[in-house]
Amino acid sequence: MSSSTALPQHDFAAAPISLRRRFLDNLATGSAIAAVILVLAPLVAIFGYLIYKGIGALNWDFLTQIPKPPGETGGGMSNAIAGSAYILLLASILGVPIGIGAGIYLAEYGRNKFGDIIRFTADVLNGVPSIVIGIVAYGIVVIRQGHFSALAGGAALAMMMIPTITRTTEEMLLLVPNVVKEAAYGLGVSRWRTTLSITLRTATSGVITGVMLAFARVAGETAPLLFTAFGNTYWNWKINEPTAALSLQVFTYATSPYDDWHRQAWAGALMLIVLIVLSVTAVRIAAGRTMK
Amino acid sequence: MANHALGAPQLPGPQPVANKEVAGETRIAAEALIKSGGSEVPDAIFRYAMLACGLCVLALVAVIVFQLTTNSKLSWHAFGLKFFFQSEWDPVNDQYGALPFVYGTLVSSILALIIAVPLAVGVAVFITEMCPVWLRGPLSFTTELLAAIPSVIYGLWAIFVLVPLLRNYVQPFLAKYFGWTTMFEGPPFGIGMLAAGIILAIMIVPIISAITREVMTAVPQQQREAVLALGSTRWEMISTGVLRNARAGIMGGIILGLGRALGETMAVTMVIGNRPEIAKSLFAPGYTMASVIANEFSEATGDLYLSSLVEVGLALFIVTIIVNIIAQFLVWTVTRGTPARANV
Repeated sequence: MSSSTALPQHDFAAAPISLRRRFLDNLATGSAIAAVILVLAPLVAIFGYLIYKGIGALNWDFLTQIPKPPGETGGGMSNAIAGSAYILLLASILGVPIGIGAGIYLAEYGRNKFGDIIRFTADVLNGVPSIVIGIVAYGIVVIRQGHFSALAGGAALAMMMIPTITRTTEEMLLLVPNVVKEAAYGLGVSRWRTTLSITLRTATSGVITGVMLAFARVAGETAPLLFTAFGNTYWNWKINEPTAALSLQVFTYATSPYDDWHRQAWAGALMLIVLIVLSVTAVRIAAGRTMK
Repeated sequence: MANHALGAPQLPGPQPVANKEVAGETRIAAEALIKSGGSEVPDAIFRYAMLACGLCVLALVAVIVFQLTTNSKLSWHAFGLKFFFQSEWDPVNDQYGALPFVYGTLVSSILALIIAVPLAVGVAVFITEMCPVWLRGPLSFTTELLAAIPSVIYGLWAIFVLVPLLRNYVQPFLAKYFGWTTMFEGPPFGIGMLAAGIILAIMIVPIISAITREVMTAVPQQQREAVLALGSTRWEMISTGVLRNARAGIMGGIILGLGRALGETMAVTMVIGNRPEIAKSLFAPGYTMASVIANEFSEATGDLYLSSLVEVGLALFIVTIIVNIIAQFLVWTVTRGTPARANV
């Protein structure tokens, strides 16, 4: 970088850096800095508005009431907050074990062609647009059940969680030094026990990070819930009934013509971010405790 | 792609042999552990259980392909390949052509790339080559934070902040000075193709810049030193020594960003205007493949209507898969090839 000035400036390549080259160099530096500012500006603007508008609209009603009919002022998103948690719980129950299991398979038994195929498929799955996942969940759950449901929403989100969890779990398990496993084998511990109690346990915090990454990624998803969980203006705890979700509610309210709903959309968006951050931190702290 | 774990230390696979042979010798030493050891049946069960999880991943993709193809059969039989070249989308008369959506998806994504690529590369160049070391971590973290914001929040922000900004300031300006290009004609609604392109650009910058950064760091340090030693300026070093060597990987990052833009749904749906028309002006409302599914799927009455929407989804699936595979391959050629060359 600045070493260019430290180079000996005499003899063969001594031609002083011309004005044009110096200008280009400064121009490049300036443009790069401008790019950084331009990229950070929306970030600051989004978080700024989210906090400013969101906090202004947050109140007790918002957290405890269910939505009022269109056009009426007041009401809240309590059912949507709970619904989001419910759908995400279902998604985690469906997706986390399969994802971790597939990751274990890749790390322990998948160092071959067949493993490569699964690895590649997981990467492909990762790139599938979320709206397409929604169509598929609609096809396999909603059509079969005959109506929109929390389960369908959970299934859609689980499908999106699996590839991320699989790949990070594999990566984390591979970081566990082989000597640790060999020590276990040397003591006569069976392979499955070694994998679960030694390898997986050593990599727990990394695996959990991967799971939370996947969780955070799907927690704000809206597209795959549009025609699976569908949304609901009332409370619902039944697994096979339409269920409200925070992200869906934000979408509906933001695109509605009512000012009060716009206000609540901001509060809902802030709530969504806060809940994602809270749940991720909570799980990490809890996991850190049990590790000790 | 084939060897993703390249960054991880190269561990030799676990040695299953060790289990049986060593177990016989050390039984006495590890009484407590032995109870669970030396059993082949549980090992096999465990192995097959994990294999089942692995197969689930394969099954998921199979299910996706199966669902999309069978559920779009009706539309495929009715319209064939013409489906993608007809611009009439008329649920009332059961006439479906996806051209406006294909057009909207392509235009909004390309617009996003035009805006995002220079910014993303600029950010990557700044972070890897120019900025002080202490700023590197926080800056990359902050740009990656952009990727963590849910799509619907981008949409919300776009509706209430970006769109008014475009309507009141940007669009009148563009119409006045660049109106002659015919790309910026018509009333400035704010909502429309331009807004969709800009919000998409903001959303894909983190991906492109993360990949660009990754491939730029993969370029060996000697390359930089060699170019600097020839008496180049810093920019000449970056452009000839780094960017040239990393170009395939940067291309991969750009294509990965394209893949994300093509499939992005909520934010675009909220600002693009959702009208199935092909307009030359970027001010005009449009429609994308993802947003037509988002808006009409749950209300689609009639089998052909639903089937047509699934076919749009199938097309989206195929295109994003192809785009992602190309992108991963390109990134892989750079990140894989360079460290090997560095050792020579």
